[in-house]
Amino acid sequence: MADLQSQDYVRRSASNLTPPSARNHELEVAKLIDVSRCIGCKACQAACMEWNDLRGEVGTFEGSYDNPSDLDESTWTLMRFTEWKDDKGNLEWLIRKDGCMHCEDPGCLKACPAPGAIVQYANGIVDFISENCIGCGYCVMGCPFDIPRVSPVDRKSYKCTLCSDRVAVGLEPACVKACPTGAIMFGSKKDMTTWAGERVVDLKARGFEQAGLYDPPGVGGTHVMYVLHHADRPSLYAGLPDQPRISPVVAGWKGLFKPLALAGMTLAAVAGFFHWMMVGPNEVQPEDEAKARPPKNAGGSA
Amino acid sequence: MTGRDTDLVRHSLAMRINHWITAACFILLVLSGLSFFDPVLFWLSGLFGGGQSARALHPWIGVVLLVSYAGMVVQAWRGNLWTRDDVDWIRHMRQVLANREEAAPEVGRYNAGQKAVFWAMALLVPVLFFTGVAIWEAYFASYTTIEQRRVAVLLHSLAAAAAILVWIVHVYAGIWVRGSVRAMTQGSVSRGWAWRHHRKWLRAQTSRDGI
Repeated sequence: MADLQSQDYVRRSASNLTPPSARNHELEVAKLIDVSRCIGCKACQAACMEWNDLRGEVGTFEGSYDNPSDLDESTWTLMRFTEWKDDKGNLEWLIRKDGCMHCEDPGCLKACPAPGAIVQYANGIVDFISENCIGCGYCVMGCPFDIPRVSPVDRKSYKCTLCSDRVAVGLEPACVKACPTGAIMFGSKKDMTTWAGERVVDLKARGFEQAGLYDPPGVGGTHVMYVLHHADRPSLYAGLPDQPRISPVVAGWKGLFKPLALAGMTLAAVAGFFHWMMVGPNEVQPEDEAKARPPKNAGGSA
Repeated sequence: MTGRDTDLVRHSLAMRINHWITAACFILLVLSGLSFFDPVLFWLSGLFGGGQSARALHPWIGVVLLVSYAGMVVQAWRGNLWTRDDVDWIRHMRQVLANREEAAPEVGRYNAGQKAVFWAMALLVPVLFFTGVAIWEAYFASYTTIEQRRVAVLLHSLAAAAAILVWIVHVYAGIWVRGSVRAMTQGSVSRGWAWRHHRKWLRAQTSRDGI
């Protein structure tokens, strides 16, 4: 893919210079996952495998509908099933399609040490450019959603691309195309936000008073958004973070500390150089040798 | 040991071999580590055959350094025990830095500065090793939580920066105090060098030799 230049980068990992960004006349896109309309059929999972040519190892039954049990290098999206009882004892089956949220301020990109291994296009999609990936796993530490997975075979990190290859030629992501209920929608972020607003009004009218849009401001908003019936408690949905943000540990490490440490090292070396110029070497003097009284001519100890 | 007959043995061959294994590993770790630390230094990974191989090699070099530095601790801990004189010596740091170390108390096998370097590294090397293992994605990712790894990587870079500062002091001291490098390469120092920098050690050596 890297041979097909996109020239529409807004962010590029481990790069201080402005990345190629001239072809930026693009709408910001978003995928809207309406959890209230999802029936858990996993067509999106199958479509993701199909389009991206992914075939994971066949696993074992873990006592849950989640299949496979977690994201991995060949599972970029995963239905996560939660059985939850509300205050009145009513059972709700909460099904959330998990995968990369395509953050506006991506923690993976911030943590990545390899230039150009993670990029963000003008349309908002965050993409891993595998040939630049060094397999360090820093993106895993940077991500607030626990999404990237490093392959034990090729030591490259993988996650949902939001079908950047399809979107680049005007198609919707494979999961969107496959969804039989319209629970997954794709379009401009503005349109998706408007559509989500209508859905929320509808859900509220049907008794879900806390229904709302999940577009967390802690990461600058996301290009994958959820309509949740319980937007006041996102963590009900298989641990979706209530208030995701880039960990302050990661932000401190990649923010303040980096220039401070390099400045400190440079300063120490410069201080040494100045000491050399002003004081000079500490050399053994002839009188030191004389006072040391070598045994041959000293004739006795002090 | 090479040098004149009157020279003193400063460091055994085993100690010198250990020191230079540690030194080589340290430099390789600094070069590869800094390449992951700041984008402007990423090109340093090219010295190791690229980012992937630098990432793969770095922890293994760290393992070698841990072993060789542990060996140095075993060989040199006794001479580096902190004494009251060391505090006094530190108080005379200004004179020492002005090449007037005769104003400071006489020094045994190692001075307070050398001891500080020794113990700082004795602390930082294990910190770097254990935080390094925690973020060694290829083998240990499944044993740690993501939050633990975030803390470990921050501690690892803090400890690395501290170790690099200590190392700069160490290397500069070796350049500044003439005759020190020879003590670690050929293993010997002149008696005058010992008189000037480690007088108490010289006295102990000469009385032991029965001179």
